[in-house]
Order: sequence, then structure tokens, then C-alpha cells
Amino acid sequence: MTIDIARHWRRWALHAVVVLVYLFILTPVIFIGWISFFSNEIIAFPPDGYTLRWFSNVWEQRVFARGFVMSLQVAFISMLIGVSLGTLAAIAIVRYRFPGRDTLNMLLLSPLIVPGIVAGTALYIFYIQIDNYLEWRLQATLEGLVLAHVMLTIPWTVRLVSASLVGIDRSVEDAAMNLGANRWTTFRRVTFPMMRAGLVAAALFSFITSFENLELSLLLVGPGRTTLPIAILQYLEFKVDPTIAAVSLIQIVLIGVLMLITDRFVKLSRVV
Amino acid sequence: MSQVSLRRLAKRFGSFTAVDDVDLDVREGELVALLGPSGCGKTTTLRMIAGFIAASGGRILIGDQDVTDLPPYRRNTGMVFQGYALFPHMTVNQNVAFGLEMRKVPRAEIGPRVAEALRLVQLDHLGERMPRQLSGGQQQRVALARALVIRPEVFLLDEPLSNLDAKLRLTVRVEIRQLQQALGLTTVFVTHDQEEALTLADRLVVMSQGKVQQIGTPTELYERPANHFVADFIGRSNFLAGTVSAPGRFRSRGGLDIAFADDGAGPRGEGVLAIRPEKASLEAGTDAGTGANRFPGTVVFVTYLGAATEVRVRLASGEEVTVTRHNATPLDDPRHAAGDLAPGNPVTVVWPPAAGLLLAPPPA
Ligand SMILES: Nc1ncnc2c1ncn2[C@@H]1O[C@H](COP(=O)(O)OP(=O)(O)OP(=O)(O)O)[C@@H](O)[C@H]1O
Ligand SMILES: [Mg+2]
Repeated sequence: MTIDIARHWRRWALHAVVVLVYLFILTPVIFIGWISFFSNEIIAFPPDGYTLRWFSNVWEQRVFARGFVMSLQVAFISMLIGVSLGTLAAIAIVRYRFPGRDTLNMLLLSPLIVPGIVAGTALYIFYIQIDNYLEWRLQATLEGLVLAHVMLTIPWTVRLVSASLVGIDRSVEDAAMNLGANRWTTFRRVTFPMMRAGLVAAALFSFITSFENLELSLLLVGPGRTTLPIAILQYLEFKVDPTIAAVSLIQIVLIGVLMLITDRFVKLSRVV
Repeated sequence: MSQVSLRRLAKRFGSFTAVDDVDLDVREGELVALLGPSGCGKTTTLRMIAGFIAASGGRILIGDQDVTDLPPYRRNTGMVFQGYALFPHMTVNQNVAFGLEMRKVPRAEIGPRVAEALRLVQLDHLGERMPRQLSGGQQQRVALARALVIRPEVFLLDEPLSNLDAKLRLTVRVEIRQLQQALGLTTVFVTHDQEEALTLADRLVVMSQGKVQQIGTPTELYERPANHFVADFIGRSNFLAGTVSAPGRFRSRGGLDIAFADDGAGPRGEGVLAIRPEKASLEAGTDAGTGANRFPGTVVFVTYLGAATEVRVRLASGEEVTVTRHNATPLDDPRHAAGDLAPGNPVTVVWPPAAGLLLAPPPA
């Protein structure tokens, strides 16, 4: 009897903790969603009424639309480059033994450790120097941003693709070769499909990290060439109205949909 | 005609020799088992035949072709892996069809051949399943079908039964043997389970530390082990160390004077006499009696094994021997002499001279 009650309470306590943690994570999101419909320009609780005005304001403020397109371009290109290079690196690191292998691994993962603002400043100075000596303008250009963001997409890819490669039983590849598949066919028909889940996850995470990056990009944008997170930040400097909440909500929904679609193809919980 | 020949095949990993000058001829349609303790080089040998590991020395011939320098996909071997190694993202049908696709077999022919191979392993109803939806035994059969469907010149199996439970292992073992005989497959089978090897194989190769210790039929290996290692590894033996005192006479260290069938082949001087426990018998009491090799002693330990009982006896010389006796008579039969087997009871151990096999002492 007492044991039953103790167990009951323990389970109840566990549920309570889980609910609290979720609340803690979700409260800001819920508030953002809520605020984006407030009719008051100056955010106040409770609101006087509700409106969709801020969403149309997002559209009318061209900085957001332009920032959105810019972010989309940067994220997509950085993802493509990062996933291609990162996958090759992951294959080399997991499958081959060569001097400097551990160092290379550390080096490729290091952008995740260096604070974005520090790396961004370093890149800014570097870009200026390149412009000085080589007359090649990178600061405040798409190429410059992509180059910077590849530093973010490669580590994610290396991590996720390595993990999926490590999990592949080598004897499955041996079996393919035993059945008459040469190395390339074995990769195409066996290895690649088996690491697909890792690749999709890498692409998704690369895209999201690049899309929502603020710190690294801060110094690398210029007037008229701004990513969405920076457009939001700049807007915030002048005005705090629910437009910001509306933009954020759009961004959250977008990323959420992206994850849901991806999850239909590969179970993300299994790879990440 | 031999289908697979290994000529002084060797594999070195750095300074470590995993496979040491192995010579072997596998005849067409024969099943040869590679047997030996863990780490003796069985898998390495098999993987060299399949082409996954490059040989450090020697040649490998399949049919009349030297395949030593060919990559695995140019050797026509069919391998079954220990963990089955099915393609997890393909259905059973696709798994089995893979080898045929690689061989550019026409589409119209692939379907029927896959179906036939799956029928052979009694899985024709599961062709649309994914490997993870199959039991271990079923996955094992898919692996067999996948390796067989390409009609390999050599069939290679690396401990294919070790992931199955004991009951299933027996069934699949028989099935593999029947398939192998029905299709006349030249087969090399790796196992560290000697019972598996003895029941399955036409011939066995006993390996130790990369070296072949003996090649022979199960009977040859059991009855005429070439050395101490084989006598110890295959089945069980009592080993009595001592010296050959005269032709056909052996004096053990404890002072037993033992007659053995001396064909002159064994060593002279220092040696070891090997006696299989089931070739010796027990008599109650310690009457001197008449005849060769009667040694009085005391029962030390009795192990009841169901079909047989194992009795450990300390001889008057101080040496201990194990004797197995079959429990052929029912328990309530008056002839069932259970009483004389209790520890402490006096018994006489008897074995015919032909049961003693003289071997060189094991390397120290
Ligand atoms: N790639 C390698 N590098 C170094 N040593 C190796 C390598 N592969 C195998 N060995 C060594 O070679 C020896 C033989 O290995 P192998 O796998 O052939 O043994 P085995 O007879 O199949 O043993 P088991 O019954 O445990 O499977 C072992 O001592 C092993 O440690
Ligand atoms: Mg092995």
C-alpha cells in the first residue's frame, strides 16, 4: 500500500517536472505568437484587442522581405557547400587513418566552439584585408556571407554524417562487393542509402543554423544586403512593436514546417 | 580436381603473423571447416579467399584461376557473414536480386531466380519484408539465399550460426549441409565450435596461431590427432607425461608402466600418452586382475551428464585420469552400477593398449 502511494507520487512528480520543462521552453514561443496579434502598438498586457495588421506590416517593411530572401539564399548555398565538403571530410575521418586525422576533426568542429561574434570580427578584418590586397570585395556580399556560414554548416555536417557512418556495419559493404559491386557501385547502392538519414539531418541543421545566425553575420552585412535576423535586430533598435513578434512567428512556423517535412522522410530523433 | 587452393598463404599485420604459410586444397563439392581457438586466423584466411584482405604472401587459386590480386567483386565467391550483413534498406527480394543485377542478368530472369533461391531456404512468402522485420533465423536464410543465387564457385561462411540460439543452430546446420550437398557447393566454413565442425565438414583444418596443425576427416582428427594441440582441442583427452621405456611400453612420470600400440611413428624418449576418456573403462574394487593397463585408484569426482557420466579417478601413482561411461542401462536396472561411483570408492581404470596414442610433448 505505502509502496503504491510512493510510486504514485514519484510518477506524479516526474510528470510535473516534464510539464514545467516544456512550459519553460515553450513560454517565449507562445508569448511571441500571442503578442503578434495584439492591436496595441506599444506592447501591454492585456491587449485592447487583436489584429492582423502586424503581419501586413511585415510585408510592407521591405527590409524583412529582402532579409528573408537574402537569408534563404545564404542558408541554401551554405548548406549545399557545407554538406558536400563536410560529407567528404566525414568519410575521410571515419574511414581512413592518416596523420593529422584527429587534428583535422578538431579543426572542422572548432567553429562551433568559437563565439560567433569573435569569428565574425575576425572574418570582418580578414575580408577587409583581402579587399585591400586582392581587390576582391567580400564584406557585405552574398559570397562573403556564404563563406562565413559554410564555417557553421561544415561542423554540423561532419558531426551528423560521421555519426551515421560510424553506425554502418562495414560487412554490409563487404557483402555488396562480394556480390560483384565495385567500390563506386557499393557506395551508390549501399553506403549512400545507409547514411542518407544523417545527410538529411545535416542538411536540415545546416540550413537552420545558417538561416537564424545573427552573431557571425553581424559585421558581414551592409545596407540593403542584410539577413533576416539582422533586419529584425535593426528594426528593434528603432521600434518595439508587435511586427517583430509577427516576423518571429513566421520564422518559427517556417522552421517548424521544415522539420516536420524532414521528419516524414527520416526520423530525426534517430539520427540526432 | 581442387576448386580452391591456398599456397603458402600468409598475412602479416605489422610484425604480427595472423596467418602463417597455410597450404590447403578444397576439392570440388567438398565442405572444409576451418577450426581453431579465437584469434588463430580463421576469419583472416576466409577474408583473404573472398578478397577483403590482401595476402602478404602466397597465392590463392579458385578453379584454375589465380585470384590473389583480384578485388572481391571479380572473384566469384558467395559469402555469408557472421552478422548476416543484409542490406537494411532493401527488401528481401532486393537483397537476393542484388548479386544478379551486378552480374547484369536480364530483368526477366532475375525474378524467377530470386524466387527459386528463396524457395530453397523456405522464405518465398517473405520476399517483400525488410530485413529488420525478420527473425535472426530468417535473416540467416536470406543471407544464404543471397550468396547462393549467384551460383558462386566457392561458398564461404564465417561462423554463420553463432548468432542463433542452440536449437535453431542445429536445424540450420543440417539445412546448410543439405543445401551444400544438393547443390554440390565447394564450401569453406569457419567455426570455433568443434561439434559443428565435426558434424558438418568433410574435412577439417585445425589452426592455431596462424598455423595449420592438421588437415583431415573428422575420424582422422579424432582418432589420430597429429599432435598434442589437436588431441587437446578436438574432443577431450587424458594426457600422461613420461618416457618411452621400450617399444610399446611407456613409463609415466608417476611410475605407471603402460602398454600402447606402437606403430613406431611417435617420438622416442620424452613423450605424452593421450587416452580418450570414453576409451577407458572402470571396474569396481582394486583387484589386480589380468591383462594390460589395469590401474587401481580412488574416485575423486563424479559428473552426471545425462547420456554419460564422467568420473575423475586418482590413480595409485598420484596421476588423475577422467573416464566417461555411457549410461546405457536404465537407472532401476540391477546392472546399473551406480554405487561404485561415489567419491572415495576404490576402482580400477582399464584401457586397451590401442587406446593410448603417443605424441610429442607440447612445446613449453
Ligand atoms: N586488421 C588487423 N590488424 C591487426 N591485427 C589483426 C587485424 N585483423 C586481425 N588481426 C589479428 O589477427 C589474428 C587472427 O584474427 P582472426 O580474426 O582471423 O581470428 P579468428 O580465428 O577468426 O578468431 P575468432 O574465432 O575470434 O573470430 C588475431 O590475433 C587478430 O587480433
Ligand atoms: Mg573470426
